[in-house]
Amino acid sequence: MKTSLTWLNEYLNHEMDLNPESISDLAEKVERTSVEIDSNTTIAQEQDGLVVAKVLSVEPHPDSDHMVITQIDAGEDEPIQIVTGAPNVAEGQMVILAKVGAHIINHENGELIELKAVKLRGESSYGMLVALQEIGFSDKIAPKDFEEGIYIFGQEEDLTPGDDAIVALGMNEPVLDTDLTPNRADMLSMIGTAYEFGAMLGKKVIVPDFDLVEYENEAANQVNVYIDDQELVSKYALRVVNNVTVKDSPLWLQKRLWNAGMRPINNIVDITNYMMLTYGQPLHAFDLDKLNGRDLHIRRATADEQMVTLDGEKRKLRVGADIVISADSEALMLAGVMGGVSSEIDENTKNIIIESAIFNPSLIRATARRHNLHSEASARFERGLNWDATFNTLDHAASLVDALAEGQVAHGRIVAINNERTDTHLTLSTTRVNKVLGTSLTTDEIASIFDQLAFTYEKNDDVLTVIVPARRGDISIEADLIEEVARLYGYDNLPVTLPYGPTTPGKLSKQQRQIRASRRIMESLGLNQAISYVLTSPEKAQLFAENQNDGMVTLDYPMSSDRTTARQNLLSGLIDDVVYNVSRSVQNIALYEQGRIFITNEINAQPSEIEHIAGVLTGNIINSSWQKNKQENAVDFYDVKGIVESYLAQIGTTDIYYVATERHSNMHPGQTADIFIGDEYIGFVGQIHPNITKKQKLAPVFGFELNLFSVFNHIVENVQFNPISRFPQISRDAAILIDKTVPNGEIYTSILETAGEHLVDVTVFDLYMGPNLPEDKKSLAYTLTYQDSDGTLLETDVNTDFEHIMSELQSKFNAEIR
Amino acid sequence: MGLIEDLTALKNSAVERINDNNADIEQLRIKLLGKKGELTGLLKGMKDVAAENRKMVGEVGNDVRQTITELLKQKKRAQEEYELNKQLQAEKIDVTLPGSVHHVGQPHVLQQIIDEIEQHFLGLGFEVIDDIVDSPEVETDEYNFERENLPKDHPARDMQDTFYITPEILLRTQTSPVQSRSLEKHDFSKGPLKMIAPGKVYRRDTDDATHSHQFHQVEGMVVGENITMADLKGTLLSIMQELFGEKHQIRMRPSYFPFTEPSVEVDVSWNEVTPDMNPEDIEWIEVLGAGMTHPNVLRMDGIDPDKYSAFAFGLGPDRFAMLKYGVDDIRQFYLNDVRFLSQFNRKGN
Repeated sequence: MKTSLTWLNEYLNHEMDLNPESISDLAEKVERTSVEIDSNTTIAQEQDGLVVAKVLSVEPHPDSDHMVITQIDAGEDEPIQIVTGAPNVAEGQMVILAKVGAHIINHENGELIELKAVKLRGESSYGMLVALQEIGFSDKIAPKDFEEGIYIFGQEEDLTPGDDAIVALGMNEPVLDTDLTPNRADMLSMIGTAYEFGAMLGKKVIVPDFDLVEYENEAANQVNVYIDDQELVSKYALRVVNNVTVKDSPLWLQKRLWNAGMRPINNIVDITNYMMLTYGQPLHAFDLDKLNGRDLHIRRATADEQMVTLDGEKRKLRVGADIVISADSEALMLAGVMGGVSSEIDENTKNIIIESAIFNPSLIRATARRHNLHSEASARFERGLNWDATFNTLDHAASLVDALAEGQVAHGRIVAINNERTDTHLTLSTTRVNKVLGTSLTTDEIASIFDQLAFTYEKNDDVLTVIVPARRGDISIEADLIEEVARLYGYDNLPVTLPYGPTTPGKLSKQQRQIRASRRIMESLGLNQAISYVLTSPEKAQLFAENQNDGMVTLDYPMSSDRTTARQNLLSGLIDDVVYNVSRSVQNIALYEQGRIFITNEINAQPSEIEHIAGVLTGNIINSSWQKNKQENAVDFYDVKGIVESYLAQIGTTDIYYVATERHSNMHPGQTADIFIGDEYIGFVGQIHPNITKKQKLAPVFGFELNLFSVFNHIVENVQFNPISRFPQISRDAAILIDKTVPNGEIYTSILETAGEHLVDVTVFDLYMGPNLPEDKKSLAYTLTYQDSDGTLLETDVNTDFEHIMSELQSKFNAEIR
Repeated sequence: MGLIEDLTALKNSAVERINDNNADIEQLRIKLLGKKGELTGLLKGMKDVAAENRKMVGEVGNDVRQTITELLKQKKRAQEEYELNKQLQAEKIDVTLPGSVHHVGQPHVLQQIIDEIEQHFLGLGFEVIDDIVDSPEVETDEYNFERENLPKDHPARDMQDTFYITPEILLRTQTSPVQSRSLEKHDFSKGPLKMIAPGKVYRRDTDDATHSHQFHQVEGMVVGENITMADLKGTLLSIMQELFGEKHQIRMRPSYFPFTEPSVEVDVSWNEVTPDMNPEDIEWIEVLGAGMTHPNVLRMDGIDPDKYSAFAFGLGPDRFAMLKYGVDDIRQFYLNDVRFLSQFNRKGN
């Protein structure tokens, strides 16, 4: 809330020092003790050279039909000639003159400019008559009366030509804009803020005083109020004021409003806003004569009900939900949020009703949200009001209508409902305070903090029983009081300690270590970690998903069509990353991501979350920029498979099978393998289908995606040392000619199955297809290595084993041993 | 006595032949000392030497053999050294050309920050809770809000616009629900609960330079019989100094969160703070929210707030990374531009 410190000083027994340095210290103190300060400024900012001036004469400009030549009394010996295009300038007016040498803010670009004498169509002008918007007032706060021209002071204001206009307009008042947390409803008022600042600064609050004179005519004879639903409102009171004169507010009141960021409108509306700013209690004024009948109802909106609010919007009301004040059947206002045009105060208004109420906060909040109409009033109703201020604010407003609008306050306050609030009594022991804060405060120190806050309390030994004032509805439990103590004692003064007590081990679970190790292995294999968005489009969410029938986690109310669904695979996000990089000329990419995928099988239940790891490779694996034999090696299936193999070996799995598959519709049917450990499927590796990569103009992209939980199921836990054989190895090479369709995997398995006990390694060392071989054949060459851990192998034993394998390959695959 | 003269002559001739630069040392060795060599040939004459002279002639013969052997050895070594030097000269390369490339991947910069936080708290005896059971990313309204003291119409729900799946299921807006899930299981006979919960969170925000609908949080919580706000201050100071450097300070300011009371916002000094420094010269930057866990929250998790006290805090790795590395657009973290990712390679930091 924009808080003028000049105004606030009125409510403090000792005024705050308002020089810039003290204000900046104060702002710092408020931030450390209370709430954040958004800004510390004045409307004037660095502007100067603005004076109050009187228009002595207005003559036509010989060379212009829209400008005039004026002589201005600025309190100096000689009048000053000013040429102006302001359409509303007239002799006798008191206006604002920016003199030659004045600094004013250019309201288009915010820069400070210095005024110079100029010639306008041949006529000299020694300054400028200005509108409020030209001297730092935003459109939001400048009165509408002068929208089309310069600002003109009211006739009744006690001003003399030459007076400093910055002071006259209150533009020099220092304003702290407090950024209030939702609990500090009390600080949405000047009085509440005064209590808060007073507590901080050791000053007492003086609440404003007023005299209310009631006239003979009875309020109750002029209007009746009916509460149709007790749930809607806790307090509701009206005052009737007759024979008011609607006009502009005096300058002192306008200053208060615009320094608080509100636009002056007319004296009646301004009074209600002024009272709201003072006490935090929103008020509303109706034109009594515009009502249909004399019966007001507080009720819920009915079916198909509509009304036009003061912002000019025609609003369809939510039946049974929005609270309305109605006369006869017509909705007059959205209670607690905004008034209606039909009963708006205008210059002809004679008799008014002022309403002060406490509406149901949740309902107001819902209405404000529903209509996207967050007003100064709704903000206060939502957060909770001071129950002690409702009637007092109403009476103070009525007395001001008497003073400023010559109104006659009718006799009696009409109270339709007046629920009582029970005082909050809280006990707080010194031991408890110190136990929670880690301090060693005494009971007297704690009590003095409540004195500062102007909370009353009883003290019994080291226990305080605190009576929480109604303005502090946010305080309802002991912890709230401890917070008051903590922040006023000062968080800076808290000791700095670490928790002590029984030692707890800081360690990671096995699965946490496995996930972290998985990431490290991928990095050591040359892949950068990516973190992509979990939310994606439904198509991408399922692009590489295992089962197209798995239920998707879909947002009820997404923000955009490409972020509607939680991913069921990581690869599609990595492909987005590849597209992003390639479009920025980064061609060689190696990325992995570790994260969750989401599958829902039951609506209204949390989905399954499964940890996956996936990777992509594309472009070239460049090992050297200049060595010919190491240059530009386009990645292929075996590069990505090698990464998967190394990962699975490093994480500690064995017994891994790769099975050629065509079942993944978004993977290349000839370059994709399903991966199994034992019997369990753990994921796949292969080339992303050219359909996808071509569309995005990508070079071939290779990828893999593994279910980490499935991988971790197969980690061999017990590693035992295997003695290294001292005995020599014997190798045999075998080249076999075989049908192209027979995969290495089958041959390899067959070799292992028939190997005998001494085979320790099988390595493929050649693959040949092409000239000199039949079209449908390939030649595969293996090195088989034999070793015995207990003795030197005999050539004859090896030969026997080797022959056994060869004959098996011949009979099983119709292989030709070459 | 001709044999002695013959031996001396052989020695002289051998020295000359060995010292010849073009000599083939191995050939010479065979020629001079071999079984059929010149020395062996001469020494065959020993049998004709008178018995009383044999010893003397023998000594001369030995001297000749030794001299020739030694000289051959020296010469051979010199020749090998020469050959090696010649080879080394021939093998000279330009060592200023770049080496072959060995690709090493980087952890994502956000992961690096999370890892740093994790390491720090493991050292302080905290558990890390980030598994699918206790830290699900798709949460229930109950755990995300209600158990955090945010009933359905609480005004503070406006502060975090939420991606709902159904009225009761949502993408978590904070890692705080991990607190409740951990507390429910904790056995206080084994000591206080000290945990952090790193993970992804989601808010209904339009992505721009400072907002992201997906970001990371590390929730932290300590629950025990003697946990104080001073402990919170000390814990936060230690992690901030870990992340930003030992000379940085923190300040706590009052704030409001429904799940803590008292609640504070914590600033870290952007510059290093020295004891003689003028307080106005410290530039503070808001980095996190924290507080003493609200008694309602403890009660809902089955903890007696009169017996136990607790503090909680929420760290933002995205914000820390932006501050620490001067990243000016949060979207960079989720685009995975290789030129961005590969910049953060100070592994020992």
